[in-house]
Amino acid sequence: MPPTALILSQVFHGLVLGGMLALVGSGLTIILGTLGLVNFAHGALFTFAAYAGWIVYEQTGSYLVALVIGALLTCALGLAIERTLISRFYQRPHEDQILLTFGLGIVITEALRWQFGGVGKTMPVPELLSGALRVGPIIYPEYRLAVFGIAALALLGCYLLLYHSRLGLIVRAAIEDTVMVRMLGLRASRIRSMVFGLGVLAVGVAGVALGPIVSIYPDVGARFMVHSFVVVVIGGLGSFPGAILGGFVAGQIQTLTSIFDPAYSDLMLFLVMVIILAVRPRGLLGVEGRQ
Amino acid sequence: MNGNHDQGSRRQRRDLMKFAALNAGLLALPGGLREAMAQATVGPFPDGVKGDTAFVGVSVPLTGPFSAEGKDQQLGFELAFEHLNSGKWVGLIPELKAKGVLGKRIEFGVADTEAKPEPAIQAQTRFLRNNKAILMTGCYSSAVTVALGKLATREKVLYMAGPAGSDDVTGKDCQRFSFRSQPSTYMAAKALAPVLAEKLGKGRKVAYLVPDYTFGHTQFNAMVRFTESMGWTVATKQVCPIGTADYSTYLLNIANSGADVFVNCTVGNDCSLSVKQARTFGVLKNTALVVPTLQPFLAQQLGAEVTQGLWGAMDFWWTMGANNPIAKLFVDDFLAKHKYKPYWPAHIAYSQMQIWAAAVERARSFNPIEVIKQLESGKPMTTSLGEVYYRAGDHQLIRPVPVMRGKKPSEMKSPDDYYELVQTVPGKDAVPPLEETNCKMGDLA
Repeated sequence: MPPTALILSQVFHGLVLGGMLALVGSGLTIILGTLGLVNFAHGALFTFAAYAGWIVYEQTGSYLVALVIGALLTCALGLAIERTLISRFYQRPHEDQILLTFGLGIVITEALRWQFGGVGKTMPVPELLSGALRVGPIIYPEYRLAVFGIAALALLGCYLLLYHSRLGLIVRAAIEDTVMVRMLGLRASRIRSMVFGLGVLAVGVAGVALGPIVSIYPDVGARFMVHSFVVVVIGGLGSFPGAILGGFVAGQIQTLTSIFDPAYSDLMLFLVMVIILAVRPRGLLGVEGRQ
Repeated sequence: MNGNHDQGSRRQRRDLMKFAALNAGLLALPGGLREAMAQATVGPFPDGVKGDTAFVGVSVPLTGPFSAEGKDQQLGFELAFEHLNSGKWVGLIPELKAKGVLGKRIEFGVADTEAKPEPAIQAQTRFLRNNKAILMTGCYSSAVTVALGKLATREKVLYMAGPAGSDDVTGKDCQRFSFRSQPSTYMAAKALAPVLAEKLGKGRKVAYLVPDYTFGHTQFNAMVRFTESMGWTVATKQVCPIGTADYSTYLLNIANSGADVFVNCTVGNDCSLSVKQARTFGVLKNTALVVPTLQPFLAQQLGAEVTQGLWGAMDFWWTMGANNPIAKLFVDDFLAKHKYKPYWPAHIAYSQMQIWAAAVERARSFNPIEVIKQLESGKPMTTSLGEVYYRAGDHQLIRPVPVMRGKKPSEMKSPDDYYELVQTVPGKDAVPPLEETNCKMGDLA
């Protein structure tokens, strides 16, 4: 039987990891759930955000400025991509969308490699949060707790905006009945751009927030993209609350497996995903149609 | 019908007599010439060197978690070919008397392996088919090296492996056409263990972080083997995949293991990331850090604040250029060209080409079989590591193994003066006995 301290540490870590995974997956699910677009450039945008945050931090020395500007720069890149390319693919089959976004992901990743090389960049943890917190037998990095807080705030903000605001109502209406929204004098294309921008903004916050935890190198987003898709599939394709639940489920699966052998944590994650898909093909909170 | 049959029989007899006469003629030729004619076609030889140039296929990881090391390696190859073609090694390497190799200019192509065997095999196969590559080289993953070694033997082309540390490369997966210069994980651990016993003491509990591929497993086995006699025990062994983005679950297990030494066997960006995250989990607070095969960009990425006091072995460190003219030329020209001091992947690339060029000149032929015979002869070669030679039984380079310690920031004399060379262990003292390697070297034919 593993020591109690280890079990408690991993269960607690599962909660924090779940929050982080939910934040990374939320951008993907916002775009998928509202626009019906499968964004395979998600990992590359995460990487871009991490680099953007690192550059701003190097210039200003302020973590908060890096978080805000880095996320906004990522959002700006997302909007530029959406206006010039992705907007032409909303009516096209999913296969075309996947090819486009996959290609865009490669272009962004290789452009970053060309500009910054392959050596990982280090964004330091803010001095104020550089310690480790000890609660009983659990020792936990303060910065990871702060990221959990950032993730919770960002997710809450997205949820309120999409589901409890007038803007969110218009967004959902535009997705369900574009013609009617146009007749009411609203521009559907602008609304789509806003939704895409919001999704990329969530990825941007995740990329900058996780910058001090990961090594910032051109391929860092690839692995997060895989986990994001697992989170989204477990929670329910396109369901925003589902992404949050999926994140926490994935976090616990990973950490509880790790108590015995971390080498099997990914295997268990995929196994659970397969079981959920077999029992409930739409995922835990997924519903038919867009949300 | 009979007439035709007789005609056919006569033709067969005539062909048989021609064949017998040809063989008799061949047997009557002087030994060296006979051998040369009998071995006229060996893989890409002689087609690949019929013109004024010879082509070398370079495959390195330019994407993925080892991309920084791959790029460094590529720059090392580029400098080696530049020095070779411009005659800069003449006077430094006794065998080289003019520009190029055997009067031929060396051309090369570079391909990305993504640190995976399949793209590496595809890239080198392309070089062999399209460019008639006379030499294959480059790597940064033992799994890739093993795969390319098998390709080399199948295609009968020489492979001078790039960075690859797994014992299997010159052990159970050794290949007659493949040669390795980096110290194996066995050599690194054997060189390191006495220093660790002296500096960190005996009877320590050790937490291991092990990447799940051939390099990681042989590194773990070698460290356990050479530290057992010091009374070191395994507190926990955490096996992780290559390219892990978050090591937190592994590090929590390590933090709760009660270990007082953390041996990190991961590679490339994975190593920097896991050490960085280990620090945030408080793992490095009261725990000594050992990276048995010290990773090139670790200190540059994390800074001396983190790497001070760590222990490890490596192929080459730039301060070794002070006492060797070839190493000095390498470090000085690399720095002038790329504005940073070269790391050991670049050095492996650079030194491998010195050895190959010298062996070809000694053989007076690009014929892979003749070059292999020279490399297996055990005759020392002058390189940037000093006098070195390959052991014929497993194709491991017998070369010095530098043991390093991470300097404190206050000890550094320049921004990239991260490590102190604590000891240099002679290769013959670090290498495993041949009978322990499980290497069964195939035939040349």
